[in-house]
Order: sequence, then C-alpha cells, then structure tokens
Amino acid sequence: MGELRLMKGNEVIAEAAIRAGVDGYFGYPITPQSEVLETLMARMPWEETGMVVLQAESEVAAINMVYGGASCGKKVMTSSSSPGMSLKMEGITYLAGAELPCLVVNVVRGGPGLGTIQPAQSDYFQSVKGGGHGDYKLIVLAPNSVQEMNDFVGLGFDLAFKYLNPAMILTDGMIGQMMEKVELADFTPRWTEEEIIAKSGTWATTGKTKNRERNISTSLELDSAKQEIFNHKLQAKYKTIEENEVRYEKFMCDDAEYLFVAYGSSSRICQKSVELAREKGIKVGLLRPITLFPFPSKQINEMADQVKGILSVEMSAGQMIEDVKLAVNCRIPVEHFGRYGGIITSPEEIVEALEQKIIGG
Amino acid sequence: MDVKDIIKPENLVYGKSDVILDNVMHYCPGCTHGTIHKVIAEVIEEMGIQDKTIGISPVGCSVLAYNYLDIDWQQAAHGRAPALATATKRLMPEKYVFTYQGDGDLASIGTAEIMHACNRGENIVVFFVNNAIYGMTGGQMAPTTLIGMKTATTPYGRNVELNGHPLKITELIAQLPGTCYVTRQSAEAAGPVRKLKKAVRKAFENSAQKKGTSFIEIVGTCNSGWKMSPVKSNEWMKENMFPMYPLGDMKDE
Repeated sequence: MGELRLMKGNEVIAEAAIRAGVDGYFGYPITPQSEVLETLMARMPWEETGMVVLQAESEVAAINMVYGGASCGKKVMTSSSSPGMSLKMEGITYLAGAELPCLVVNVVRGGPGLGTIQPAQSDYFQSVKGGGHGDYKLIVLAPNSVQEMNDFVGLGFDLAFKYLNPAMILTDGMIGQMMEKVELADFTPRWTEEEIIAKSGTWATTGKTKNRERNISTSLELDSAKQEIFNHKLQAKYKTIEENEVRYEKFMCDDAEYLFVAYGSSSRICQKSVELAREKGIKVGLLRPITLFPFPSKQINEMADQVKGILSVEMSAGQMIEDVKLAVNCRIPVEHFGRYGGIITSPEEIVEALEQKIIGG
Repeated sequence: MDVKDIIKPENLVYGKSDVILDNVMHYCPGCTHGTIHKVIAEVIEEMGIQDKTIGISPVGCSVLAYNYLDIDWQQAAHGRAPALATATKRLMPEKYVFTYQGDGDLASIGTAEIMHACNRGENIVVFFVNNAIYGMTGGQMAPTTLIGMKTATTPYGRNVELNGHPLKITELIAQLPGTCYVTRQSAEAAGPVRKLKKAVRKAFENSAQKKGTSFIEIVGTCNSGWKMSPVKSNEWMKENMFPMYPLGDMKDE
C-alpha cells in the first residue's frame, strides 16, 4: 500500500509528477489549475530529485519549453486550463509532428473565450479531434477521481514514450479542485543521461557524439512526397494505438436496457444517476471511456446490441456524442444531455433527460 | 607544376571545419547566413564542444540550419527558439545551447520569448541575424526594415504612419540584467568576420562560466530580397543599415 493522503486533484498532479521522476514542468498560472505550479514551487523538487520547475512568460512559451525538454529525451510536462490550452495548440501540433513524448494536463473550464472559471467538458473536440493544425492525434486520458489524477501521470508518460506522442490528461475544474483520498505512487528515480541515451539515443538531442549521426528534432519536411509518407507513418501509429490502448469502465451494464456514456466528472455524476434510475425501475448502465483517443467505439457498438438507447452525458453542448453516434452507426437512438458554461449537471437532471429524450422519445 | 602537386596537407592555409556538413546550402549566393554558419562551426570545433552543443533553428531562411552544422538540433516554431533553449539548457546545464534566429523570428513573432529568456539570464547564446527583411516568405517587411525601404508588403517604402518604426531590439536586450554580453557585428569582409568569430567564442565561453545570456546581432544582407547584387548589397548595408544599427559591443560584463 502506497502513502495515503487527502489531496486536491491539482495538487496530486504535482506530487505524482515528482514521484514519477519527471525532469521538468513548465507552466503559467490560470484558474482552475494554478495549484499544480504552486504546489511544485512550494515542494521545491529541484532540491529532492533535480526536477526543473519554471513559471514561463506565457502558455505559448511553456509548451515550447516542453518541446525543448522533450527533444532532449527528458520527461517533461505542462498544465493549463482551456484559454491557456488554446495558446498551447501551436506547440502541441509541433510536438506531435516531431513525434515527441510529453504530458499535457488540461483542467477544463467553461468557454468559449475567457468564459468562466467553473468546470466544463467543452474542450473534447480540441483535445480529441485536433485543436492544432494538421492530421495528428493526442493520447487523451480522462480521469474521474483524484486517484486517477495520480495514476494517469505515470500512465501518460508510459504511453507518450511508448508511442513517441504527446499524451493529455483531460480533466476539469471539478476534479482539479476536489479533495479525495489518494494512494500516491512510490518514487521512481529520474532517468540518468546514460538511461536516456539507451532509451532514446536514436532521436534525443543530447549532443552529437562521434559514434552516431546528428539527431534533429523537427516537424519540417518540404518535400511533399516525403511528408505524405511521414503522415502515413503517423496514421499507422494512431491505428496501433487504437488497437492496443482503449481503456474504459462499465458500471451496471450486465442487465442494462439503456446506457449512459460519460467521461470524467460527468461519469461520476452518472453513477449516481444510474442508482436513482434503478430505484425507479429503469435498468440503465454506464459506459465510461477512460481513453478519449483512442475511443472505445467497439465497446459502445457492442452495447448497442443490448440497449434500446444511449444518453451521451457531457458538460458541453454536445461534442462526444458525435463519436458515440459514429460508434453505433445510428442503429439506436443517441441523444446528448449536459449542463454547460460552468454549470455542473445534477444526477436528477440526467435521469429526467433519460426519461424524456430516450425512454419517452 | 601540376595542381595535384600543390594540394598537399603541408601547403594548406585554410580548411573547411569538420563541423560543417557537405550538404548543398539552400541559401542564395551572396547571403550572409553561410558565413555566419561557418564562423559558428569553426568556434565549436576549436573549443572541442561539438558533442556538447545543441542548436535551435528558427522559422525563416535558417530553418534548415540543421542540415549544415554537424551537431544535434531542435527546430522551433516561429519565434519560440528561446523557450526551447531555456528548457534544454536547464535540463542539461553542462551542454552549450544556442538559438539562431532571424529578424522576423526574434524581433516580431518571438519578442516575448527572447525578452524573457534574456531577462531570466538563461545561460544560452543567441545569434540574431538582422537583414531587415523576411527572406523565406519572399521579402516582406521585417520589424527592422528601414524607413523608406521597399519590400513586398511595403511596396512604396516603409512608412512610419502605416508601418511603425524600425525596432532596435538589441538595444532593448542590452538593458536587461540577465544579459552579460550584447554586441552587434557584421560579416561582409575578412575583418568583420574575424571580429565576429571573437564575439562568438566569447559568447560560448560566457555560457560555460554561467554568466547569463550572450546576445550577438549580426547585420547581414539579403540580396535576393533587397533585389541587389551581393556586392551592391554590402555597399547598401554599410550606407543604410550601419547608421541605424551601429556595430560594436553594447554590454560586456
């Protein structure tokens, strides 16, 4: 059993980073995620593990510091919230294009624009469909507890280095600010330069030694024919990720006649909605995508053989529903429900929406 | 006597640095980048730091600098090179890290990144090539374009009312306490090239001594963008660029 603590989700991101042997964190303050940087600065991990922590001049600079650090084969990360993430999109597409591993945490707040500082899930499209330019994908993990905020830091880096691709933790102000019991991971030492060269020596810019060609971290290829070949390679990688890395959780699905599909905060709320609905005699289950890319399309499609309709619950105007609809290929009714703009959906509202939009619809 | 009899190691008075690769350069004939690359390569070789040096290339004509110097390179998004260099140097403090940036990259889109990296006193070296024009995109106005100078986006000449003033960013950088060495050099003839080389060496040595940021502006030509011959470009630079961007050290601590 690891060390047990009562912590905020954002604080856990910071603590988990230190314990995962992260080499560098580069961030910029924005509500509701500033506790990540604040916790790191107070913890002074440079004294303990040698981890570099830097408050950058902007989100743009922070993500580009991540690009520099990732190019060196180091474990580097940043975090922000929605308006800041929009600024990071340039750097993220460069990281994806240069096939660099890193971890990006988005503690989502309501938008568009400066929006609100309250929780929302309206950055699904930005995270899963692109956000930056070009054909790229992020590996997107959606925690629904403070415990998973801890667990997904290590998992995010594992996947990022396995596939040489940026990974994202897509969470929101509710989980970031929520305090829960968490079992912290044990300390993993930071990689030594020898370990980095052994692991990433074919690409990391650690200094060109006589026994190898120079390493170049770039996303530029002016020859279109070569750029197309590179894009094919990226797409093949994304397909492999789709085949191997889908993660999801089912709750009360065995006898379900109806299904909620929800991730992150909404999935926590939907657990309560499942109980409330079942008290009323409505057999509903919950399928929670843990990875948003890759999306558990196959598993949702299988559930469509069993249930009569699906309510996609998300604190947005309806973004994930597009992937749910594609997954079931319109074989059964799929509707969206969720409060947004910073309002958290209540469990009762969700049951009501199920009754009105799916059962009565 | 045959030519082959003359080309012997003992007769060599000048050689190409091993840090320069044999790839054919994409720079236009007459461009200053080639000379600056050569100087940096020679200093890296002479200091014996090839295996410890990481270059950060910009967006602009020198985006492909990684094809010409045989060191590890990172290619940055437009203007962001100082951010990459910041992280690289902090994560690998024993290495030498430099950015190589043009006027659009450093003095326009990357103003925030360069000012803050210099103000933090990152132990990096910055090479800022100022030829008063956007070369790669086809000769548009740069922040350093002179008043009256014609470019693709100032076809009737740069006009203060319409386009604002030329930006002397190096003078601003020299005010920042994080910088230890700020100088403006050129590379149009043997004399200036020798001076530039001394400056480049000093900058890398400052980095090893953790003195802060060393910033070297090199006033150069873009004969294609300026639509002049290389010789005429050098003359025009001396007549018009140097009065606005005077050469010499602004700070050496």
